[in-house]
Amino acid sequence: MTSRRRTGVWAFVATGLVVAVALAFLVGPRASSEPDGLEKVAIEQGFDGRARRSATADGPTAGYSVDGVDNQRLGTGLAGLLGVGVTFVVGAGLVLAARRMAQRRAATPSS
Amino acid sequence: MHVPDGFIDAPTAAVAGVVAIGGVGVSLRRAGEVLDERGVPLAGLTAAFVFAAQMLNFPVASGTSGHLIGGLLAAVLVGPTVAVVCVTVVLVVQALLFADGGLSALGLNIVNLALVPALLGYPVFVVLRQLLPRSRASIVVASGVAAGITVVLASLAFVAEYAIGGVGGAPVSTVAGAMVGTHVLIGVGEGIITALVVSAVLATRPDLVWGARGLAARPSAQPVVEPV
Repeated sequence: MTSRRRTGVWAFVATGLVVAVALAFLVGPRASSEPDGLEKVAIEQGFDGRARRSATADGPTAGYSVDGVDNQRLGTGLAGLLGVGVTFVVGAGLVLAARRMAQRRAATPSS
Repeated sequence: MHVPDGFIDAPTAAVAGVVAIGGVGVSLRRAGEVLDERGVPLAGLTAAFVFAAQMLNFPVASGTSGHLIGGLLAAVLVGPTVAVVCVTVVLVVQALLFADGGLSALGLNIVNLALVPALLGYPVFVVLRQLLPRSRASIVVASGVAAGITVVLASLAFVAEYAIGGVGGAPVSTVAGAMVGTHVLIGVGEGIITALVVSAVLATRPDLVWGARGLAARPSAQPVVEPV
């Protein structure tokens, strides 16, 4: 293996986040808007009409667009940024909490 | 492949919800035990990356698109239990903030896209990894092939839910054929993207790839036997 210095974990995470942000903000708005596999099957098999509007369909960022942002590509990009940020914080936060709880369990003598 | 509200009846969706809560609860508990400190930001990154990648629908056939599910990718990168947590976070955020995937269908989506990859897809990866020579290239190939198979398994999970509580009139066999046919194509895309990402991470920090544990040690070091 090479002797080059290893990327630190936080540098690795920062790089990964930059990639995720770039994908969500720059590529996301250009993604295919054709129906996905399940939607297509539902259309062909005639049960797509059974889909109900989600209870969150009137939210300010529903459908990966942002209320008040008329430029659709910008709106999708901003929705992508929001999603990347929220998933990172919630994902890391949940796992941190799980780790703390596991440490507490380990520290408590089993009865 | 996010199931909207209404495709599957309420009792079936409720049962899936119970299974999802159980599966995610167990995963969260296990995740806390297997993770070290650096696993915390990596789990966040995995969730964020899967979210971003799921936005990128690629065309697969006439008038159809697919996007990365990322469940198998996450399982190879951070281990199956942490992956369940990461993908579940993505699905909940998508349903709540972006109305992508139904709220009553959240349990169905967690079962199909988080639990199926971890419980069925990851073992496929492990078997492939054992069959192939011990190398980074094998990890990449095993990840890609297992990711493709995982997409088909996830589509079959939907077919099972449709068979139990589907509201559409279409016969289960027809839906099964259509779902598998489409998702074999999407699976090819999933496999390629998964292999590329795993390859990129292996090139940067092989020691951070859960599925490559034991490989990451320097060649001179003794092979480390790690539990799966």
